[in-house]
Amino acid sequence: MEDFYKEYILDHYRNPRNFGHLDAPDASAEDLNPLCGDEIRMELQVRDGRVLDVRFSGKGCAISQASASMLTQTIKGERLEDIARLSKDVVLENVGIGISPTRMKCAMLGLKVLKSAALGEIASWPDDDPHTASV
Amino acid sequence: MIASPPDLKLRRIIADFPILAKRTRRGKRLIYLDSAATSQKPQVVIDALVEYYSSYNANIHRGVYEIAERATTAFEDARAKVAAFINAPQSAELIFTRGATESINLVSHSWGLQNLKPGDAILTTQLEHHSNLVPWQVLAERTGAQLRYIPVDGRGEHVLDKLDELLSGVKLVALSHVSNSLGTIAPLEIIIPRAHAVGAIVLVDGAQSAPNMPVDVQALDADFFAASGHKMCGPTGIGFLYGKRALLEKMPPFLAGGDMIKKVTYEGTTFNELPWKFEAGTGNVAGAIGLGAAVDYLQGLDMEWVRAHERSLMCYAFARFDELATRGLQVYGPHDRDRVADVISFNFSDVHPHDLASILDTEGVAIRAGHHCTMPLMEKMGWPATARASFYLYNSEEDVDALMDGLEKAASVFNLR
Ligand SMILES: Cc1ncc(COP(=O)(O)O)c(C=O)c1O
Repeated sequence: MEDFYKEYILDHYRNPRNFGHLDAPDASAEDLNPLCGDEIRMELQVRDGRVLDVRFSGKGCAISQASASMLTQTIKGERLEDIARLSKDVVLENVGIGISPTRMKCAMLGLKVLKSAALGEIASWPDDDPHTASV
Repeated sequence: MIASPPDLKLRRIIADFPILAKRTRRGKRLIYLDSAATSQKPQVVIDALVEYYSSYNANIHRGVYEIAERATTAFEDARAKVAAFINAPQSAELIFTRGATESINLVSHSWGLQNLKPGDAILTTQLEHHSNLVPWQVLAERTGAQLRYIPVDGRGEHVLDKLDELLSGVKLVALSHVSNSLGTIAPLEIIIPRAHAVGAIVLVDGAQSAPNMPVDVQALDADFFAASGHKMCGPTGIGFLYGKRALLEKMPPFLAGGDMIKKVTYEGTTFNELPWKFEAGTGNVAGAIGLGAAVDYLQGLDMEWVRAHERSLMCYAFARFDELATRGLQVYGPHDRDRVADVISFNFSDVHPHDLASILDTEGVAIRAGHHCTMPLMEKMGWPATARASFYLYNSEEDVDALMDGLEKAASVFNLR
């Protein structure tokens, strides 16, 4: 877990990229992680089925906010269908290694919200850890 | 400030808890500061469970053979011990449940559905754990009664200016003795008599007080008192509800089934006497026996000592926390040491409590982070989450120092100056 709080995670936490709102988003979704109280909203601008622009907003732990921030940098130009099929690996690659099972939801919240926005319905958690019960 | 090393009594206590001798995966000493979530268990409690299962495991109240009688006796002895622990007048007023949550639900279903009607009011506080809040929301919804809240101020202390107004039309007051989020000790000595004066009954959620301080339900004049065994050195899955006999007698059973009956015919059933009327089905026999052993253990230490020990740890922790105030450490909850029990809630600069807890975990320090099952309170206070350290009888000033060292580490990871 120490390894997790790398310089670039803190950088994304304190200076989130693509943070804020779009004037007229074509798709959006928001959700929360009851464990940490993390909240994330994703807004997408879509042209011809592809993401033209993205903004996220929210608050929460460094892991949730940094992984959402990094995610927004990786999806511009991607097709909505592809986004809806993204696996958790994209997040794990973004953030590096060392997330404990209980913190996995923090890391995956941004992806869950992004997929929900792409699908137009609430996506399931992109992982199958057992810590899914609300507290 | 320099930590005093544990004295002989404390050293002996620490040695009573086998888990405290274990090392974490990183080879660190376990610094357990999450006893408000669940306490660790002394060897005597673990032994009591093992002894029951390995020497006299049998169902209770029915068998006439030796081990069944022994199990029944141990179960009922445990009830007497727990009743004495909170100074209940009679053991029959002590009902075993799964824990505080079930105890509160027993009252809301049994007493609540029988006694509340539209126009009545239920009064609770803004501090409550979801366990002592959601059941009343559900009950209010089902009966048409109104749910009201005693407000708390920015430090999490009860504001009683408008108590008389709030109490008008109230049939039931339900409040925690000690807040699990902020450690606030409720002014029960003021609230209970005022509630009784308007004819309301009072349920005290003692989940956080029974483990940490002497409790005397008669001196408090509580009508109901609920608590969980697992927070007071006992096993999980066992807790209790104390209720005044006059109230319990008039209440319908909560769950129906075996053990809670006296006579059953195809036409109907005569319910059993107290306390068994409220204990349908095979109870948690091992758990009750384990809780009996836990209560023996606590009484052996003396609950006055437990409270004094935790109070002194809290004072030490508050003083050490002050050292980090200039670097953005913010402590929530009452500052009056006599109005706060075993819990310190805090935030450290812009470090999210969950990140803090993860970093502390690498040092073997276990704290809690989140909303502590008090989401409305967090929202009212404007805190997305807090970090919470809670202290118990086996914690030492050295544990507080380990927490401080962990906070220093978090400060360096997050480049706080
Ligand atoms: C004040 C308070 N009430 C009720 C409960 C619920 O206890 P249990 O989950 O053991 O039923 C807790 C547990 O955290 C608590 O702190």
